[in-house]
Amino acid sequence: MSLYILPKERLPGFVENLRTQFRVVGPVRSGTGYAFDTIGSAEEMELDYPTTILPPKKYLLPQREVLFSFHTDSDEQGARQIEVKPVFDAVEPTVIFGVHTCDMHGIMLYDKVFAEGYKDEHYVARREQTYIIGIECLRPCDDASFCKDMGTLTAPPVYDLHMTAVDGMYLVDTGTEKGERLLLSNVEVHLATTEDIRRLSQTLSAKWPHFRHRLKMTKDQIPSLMTINYGSNIWDTLGEQCLACGSCTNVCPTCFCFDVQDEVALNMTDGERARIWDSCQLHEFALVAGGHNFRESKASRVRHRIMRKGKYIQQVHNINGCTGCGRCQRACLVNITIPGTLNALYDEMQIDLNPAGGA
Amino acid sequence: MFETAANLVTTTTPRTANGHTSVYLPTVAQVVDVQTETVFEKVYTVRLPGGENLGHRPGQFVMVSIPGVGEAPISVMSSPSRTHDTFRLCIRNAGDLTGVIHNSVLPGDAIGIRGPFGRGFPLEVFKGKDVLIAPGGLGMAPARSLIDEILDNRDEYGRLIVLYGAKNPSEILFREELRAWRQRDDIELFVTVDRPDESWVGHIGVITRLFPRVQINPFKTVAITIGPPVMYRFVVMELLGKGLTPDQIWMSFERRMKCGVGKCGHCQVNHRYSCQDGPAWTYAEALAFEEAL
Repeated sequence: MSLYILPKERLPGFVENLRTQFRVVGPVRSGTGYAFDTIGSAEEMELDYPTTILPPKKYLLPQREVLFSFHTDSDEQGARQIEVKPVFDAVEPTVIFGVHTCDMHGIMLYDKVFAEGYKDEHYVARREQTYIIGIECLRPCDDASFCKDMGTLTAPPVYDLHMTAVDGMYLVDTGTEKGERLLLSNVEVHLATTEDIRRLSQTLSAKWPHFRHRLKMTKDQIPSLMTINYGSNIWDTLGEQCLACGSCTNVCPTCFCFDVQDEVALNMTDGERARIWDSCQLHEFALVAGGHNFRESKASRVRHRIMRKGKYIQQVHNINGCTGCGRCQRACLVNITIPGTLNALYDEMQIDLNPAGGA
Repeated sequence: MFETAANLVTTTTPRTANGHTSVYLPTVAQVVDVQTETVFEKVYTVRLPGGENLGHRPGQFVMVSIPGVGEAPISVMSSPSRTHDTFRLCIRNAGDLTGVIHNSVLPGDAIGIRGPFGRGFPLEVFKGKDVLIAPGGLGMAPARSLIDEILDNRDEYGRLIVLYGAKNPSEILFREELRAWRQRDDIELFVTVDRPDESWVGHIGVITRLFPRVQINPFKTVAITIGPPVMYRFVVMELLGKGLTPDQIWMSFERRMKCGVGKCGHCQVNHRYSCQDGPAWTYAEALAFEEAL
């Protein structure tokens, strides 16, 4: 697998060819922002978009996904009969263009969560039919992102193809054999020359100074920071601010929790069991029959979310639980932010460690 | 030391579509018997297709569902020793699904089953030891799976002590078995109720009131407590007071569950998934998670 040159003027033809075989998805304008959506032509995409409202997770774990269909009936004696049938029909071969490096880190986590332990074949079926075409981030999205702190400013090995815009062309790295086949069979490209690769290196090294650090600690210190500060008063403060709306978890590329709901047709015998995005920020999330709620307070729910991002996901999957994409900050109605929270915890700890400093 | 649930035998027999199988697809089983236990609980005997053995261990649970209503985790009440072509679930009428089950499920009705899931209790650790089991309320249902297992393999364990607490006499589960156990000399049973009625002649008060009645050898005893979250703190204090160490005390941490397979996030206790490496944890393990108690 190699580095190829795709001249920018050949992108429309590439997309056109792909559209005959796949649902092609890319970042398009949506209201005042951008969103991943199905595209009719390359011109609809803006590959130098800042960020999207939702990460591309919606194509791998749709907001609503049918798990199986069912039919219930009664036999002659009136006993309930049940038929269940797994549903995998909705899986559509898809090419996702323009995935940022942070979102690829999110997909890397999803691959671990859903493919390890009990294999979730609903996810796997979609994933196998999905091509990820990344785009190298050369400028920060906006002030909310902190990918540089989280180490997600470089592409992890989940892409099939990864494009870097260099002058009038894209340098395309092939991450998988199926990605290379997709490229070579749908557009005319040529191997990058030594000079092309020199310009790529120059572009990549020039991008770093444009990204700033927002965290006062390194990402490797975050799990310990979370452990030390489990009992911090900051969670109570955040709990008072939080509206428990769940916007943060909806837009998060590493949130994957879901509810399972049955939906019955009007005939009351046919229906579907579907999974639907859920949020640990909602009151019912840890409520059990009988009325006990294991996270009754908003403080405990905000803490759980940020603990997951900063520590728990790392403990279970050995991958950072936060990609630094900044979406939860943009979505939050009361301006609760992960960098703000982590920095406040860090500051608090500095004070505790240096009691004389407060005098 | 953790055996993940993925390594355990499961009787879920997923069927295929487009070359894929779903871990969320229930096996359609049949309810063959329903017995009313108290005003709140009924015992359902369930038969898997072909009379397949559930293959569970005490402390594991199954996801029970009625399509169109929903799905919920229910502890298995029968012991592996008494599970052949059927198994039993003691279900309290407490939520949406269990309400419908209580009101509509009769012998002959189909019901969805997935599992068994979770780690369950490690019988291999309990063997050769004195076993003290302290169930509270509906915790008696999963405790039954352990008690019956020990009674059916009585030579392999030391003393068997059961300290059972219920809210009031009408909520006491398995009265017939309790009566039978009282006749045996190889099980020491103490029952207490918080709120006695005129007929009650037994112990009165919360479950912790029973602990001073038994003496144990702390060097060779394991304790298992299963009940509502509020009970654990007080029971653990009694057990520690008897000289048990945190890793001799086992508890069941039941949470809201939607998937049973460690994906949906609902049952998380700190970073751990109760459905996967729980619901049975030692107190020593639980001490490491702030959210456990």
